[in-house]
Amino acid sequence: MQLIFEKSRPGRLGFSLPQLDVLPAVCLPEKYCRQTAAQLPEVSELDVVRHFSNLSRLNFSVDTNFYPLGSCTMKYNPKFTEKVAALSGFSDLHPLLPQLWGGGMLAQGSLEVLYNMERLLSEITGMAAFTLQPLAGAHGELTGVMLIAAYHKANGEKRKHIIIPDSSHGTNPASAAIAGYTVVVIPTDSEGALDMALYKKALNSETAAVMLTCPDTLGLFNPKIKEIADLAHGVGALMYYDGANLNAIMGKCRPGDLGFDVVHLNLHKTFATPHGGGGPGAGPVGVSEKLVDFLPISRVIRRPDGTFALDYHKRKSIGYIAPFYGNFGVILKAYAYILALGKSGLMEASENAVLSANYCLARLKDHYVVGYDRICMHECVLSAARQLEHGVHALDIAKYLIDQGFHPPTIYFPMIVKEALMIEPTETENKETLDAFIEAMICAAQLSESDPDALHRAPSQMPIKRLDETKAARQLDLRWISKK
Amino acid sequence: MNYIAHTEIEKKEMLKVIGVSSVEELFKCIPSNLRPKSFNLPEGKSEFEVFEYLKLLANQNATQLTNFVGGGFYDHYIPAAVDALASRSEFYTAYTPYQPECSQGWLQAIYEYQTIICELTGLDVSNASLYDGGTALYEAAMMAVRLTGRKKIIVDSGVSLIYRTMLYAYTSNLAIEFVETPVVHGQSCREDIYKHLDAKTAAVIVQNPNFFGAVDDFSDIVERVHTFGALAVASVYPVSLGMLKSPQEMGFDIATGEGQSLGLPLSFGGPYLGFIAVKKEHLRQMPGRIVGATVDKDNKRGFVLTLQAREQHIRRERATSNICSNEALCALRALIYTSLLGKTGFQELARLNYQKAEFAKATLEKVKGVKVKRSAPTFNEFTLELPKNADEVVLRMISKGFAGGFPLGRFYKGLDNYLLVAVTEKRTKEEIVHFANSLEAALCS
Repeated sequence: MQLIFEKSRPGRLGFSLPQLDVLPAVCLPEKYCRQTAAQLPEVSELDVVRHFSNLSRLNFSVDTNFYPLGSCTMKYNPKFTEKVAALSGFSDLHPLLPQLWGGGMLAQGSLEVLYNMERLLSEITGMAAFTLQPLAGAHGELTGVMLIAAYHKANGEKRKHIIIPDSSHGTNPASAAIAGYTVVVIPTDSEGALDMALYKKALNSETAAVMLTCPDTLGLFNPKIKEIADLAHGVGALMYYDGANLNAIMGKCRPGDLGFDVVHLNLHKTFATPHGGGGPGAGPVGVSEKLVDFLPISRVIRRPDGTFALDYHKRKSIGYIAPFYGNFGVILKAYAYILALGKSGLMEASENAVLSANYCLARLKDHYVVGYDRICMHECVLSAARQLEHGVHALDIAKYLIDQGFHPPTIYFPMIVKEALMIEPTETENKETLDAFIEAMICAAQLSESDPDALHRAPSQMPIKRLDETKAARQLDLRWISKK
Repeated sequence: MNYIAHTEIEKKEMLKVIGVSSVEELFKCIPSNLRPKSFNLPEGKSEFEVFEYLKLLANQNATQLTNFVGGGFYDHYIPAAVDALASRSEFYTAYTPYQPECSQGWLQAIYEYQTIICELTGLDVSNASLYDGGTALYEAAMMAVRLTGRKKIIVDSGVSLIYRTMLYAYTSNLAIEFVETPVVHGQSCREDIYKHLDAKTAAVIVQNPNFFGAVDDFSDIVERVHTFGALAVASVYPVSLGMLKSPQEMGFDIATGEGQSLGLPLSFGGPYLGFIAVKKEHLRQMPGRIVGATVDKDNKRGFVLTLQAREQHIRRERATSNICSNEALCALRALIYTSLLGKTGFQELARLNYQKAEFAKATLEKVKGVKVKRSAPTFNEFTLELPKNADEVVLRMISKGFAGGFPLGRFYKGLDNYLLVAVTEKRTKEEIVHFANSLEAALCS
């Protein structure tokens, strides 16, 4: 498809702005003004509408396709939450209003949403308090690690490293490193769990924290989790919970009860806010009692008269993590989702997510290598190792699935599984969809033996074929430039 | 409502295939002593009930005030086509375009967005977005530290206090030295910046227009910064780039900013849009996802995520940043907004903002006791000196139906009588005149 810039015609207009209703003043002195105007497209409103409508049709999305992208929890995003976030009482509210004298009374509705949401998330996870400021999961991780650093600093300690399993999300070591810690990586044992002997060896008085995903990225729950936490606490380290996989365990266990001190959640995963083609998300962080004083400011408080206000007077706070109170629009949608599902609904969501994942695993384990043949949680990890014997990679299977109308699972992650295919079906997909996907996966496995080239050629049904990624990286073309 | 499709019969069929007798059996890996100590949540409600409750809360917020508050976050008009197109669920229910063949719509949109940001700033390359203007500035500062191998950063105090606070919070464990330089007569104090600038300096960070609304030509500062091998970083307000000298024209190495004003609602602080653009020689230290054009097997143009070896999912603890989810949907809104306005409309938008603010200055200047700070030119926001405490005046203005501005005393010591006033294209002549009259009344009472 042509770029919007290629559709531009000099002099074509698509805007509607008010006429200047005041007498024009003297222009800004020239030294402050730009010499060359930005070359934005010159197109009509219909040009814009048709361009983006047609672009949207080139995407697979949850609303149009099954999207079992492991670790991303691509569940259905209820429509009514979009309507809630669009209410002008929420969407038009200036974030600085409650910082004016008497301004808190201008934002009581939004402050109440934040206050209530913090409490709901605390109960769901078993934590003492939450901050809603972090703007995405990885941003929550960074916030969490900064809280851990502040805690140790307040105790007069400067610990050096953070322990992370080799199966972790890439964001975990990246967050720990940019906050100033070195990363100690612990391998996974033959059961798919943290290698306890190596863990004990790495743990010492220099350990600031242990960062874990539970269930882990293999989709497995580690029954030794309490022991891991007790050992960490024994040397004064804190436990960090990567909440990417919370959709597996709502109402079944809580990070706080397992001994975790810091938890981040991905509202765009477990709490059904749309992923927006990459974002916005929201990554609230919950903490145990001993870390509450370090949470970012401002804190939302409830006054004795029942009104809500912002409190900036927290001496030990790590400061601002976001400009205001988090991705409010995202938090609001997640709040509406939690209210709609309620206690039973959230538990059923986890139960059915786990049921669907195990159903996929059970039906596919004769066709693909399964790294760890156990009951999984909300996602299952297969390996295309057997298909590789015929020259077929996980990537080829992914491309074949695209032709069948399915967004592929996450591939090549976790890195510790050769040719990994990580399937997270979520609770919102019906059985016919799961069956059709499973049939396509079985078909791919059979084709890898009978006609591997059919997989190498895929996709053939899409507007484009496989793209030359090497060329993209070597002959960088990262923006349109006018040929004129 | 739980949005689950499985019927009881289907669940039994699925359990049978798995080889267990109940759903609970799937959770037996969680020992009984690790089960929740409590899970005390309200029961679910219907869509109608939840919506009505939240509508009630929305109505408790005051959005009927005529808005003169800016401070980096502006009340601009959003064309209906922005909402309509960004509400297409083929966009908003997709995720990061890892699989290019079924994500060309998103990939092309991000490529176009990168182009828009390069055009606005004049710089060479951009990325698929960062969280907000503050985190973008932090990423720029860390880029400068990595690129120069130095750890001292000079920050002009005209940079929003919100962003400065974020910078300091993020780097509190990294032994980075920050030096704040003062604003004198509205603009950055050259003398003070040059006094601190040395061979240990990684970057000088300024903001245009600065927090007081003043615009500047930083070319002289940038030139001096480069003689020390340091980088010049600007945080800019994108709407002002329809008129003001671009970061590239002033020689900046990195430009960042808050993209909220490009078609995003104020939404009580988010989701917003952090943008970044850099000179091409700094590309490999730029954080975040980047889309590049390439060709498919049939030599047909297509788009992919590229240079991924910089990122956390490949490089892990050695990545340039930990960012994963970004603000793609907000970037899409900014792209649609700027496409609608186009080359001419975007300049006209900037002109309207400037002219309305100039009219507001002239009108407010006539209010007894009010002084407009005129030592430096401004774009669409300016500073008033009041004869009274600005907090009290703003409080009185609320009862007259105005969000009257941002009292600078909140962020700057000794400026208790100063008020920051923003005027966008949405403010009419009548509203501005009414605002001046109400201010006069508020000062008299």
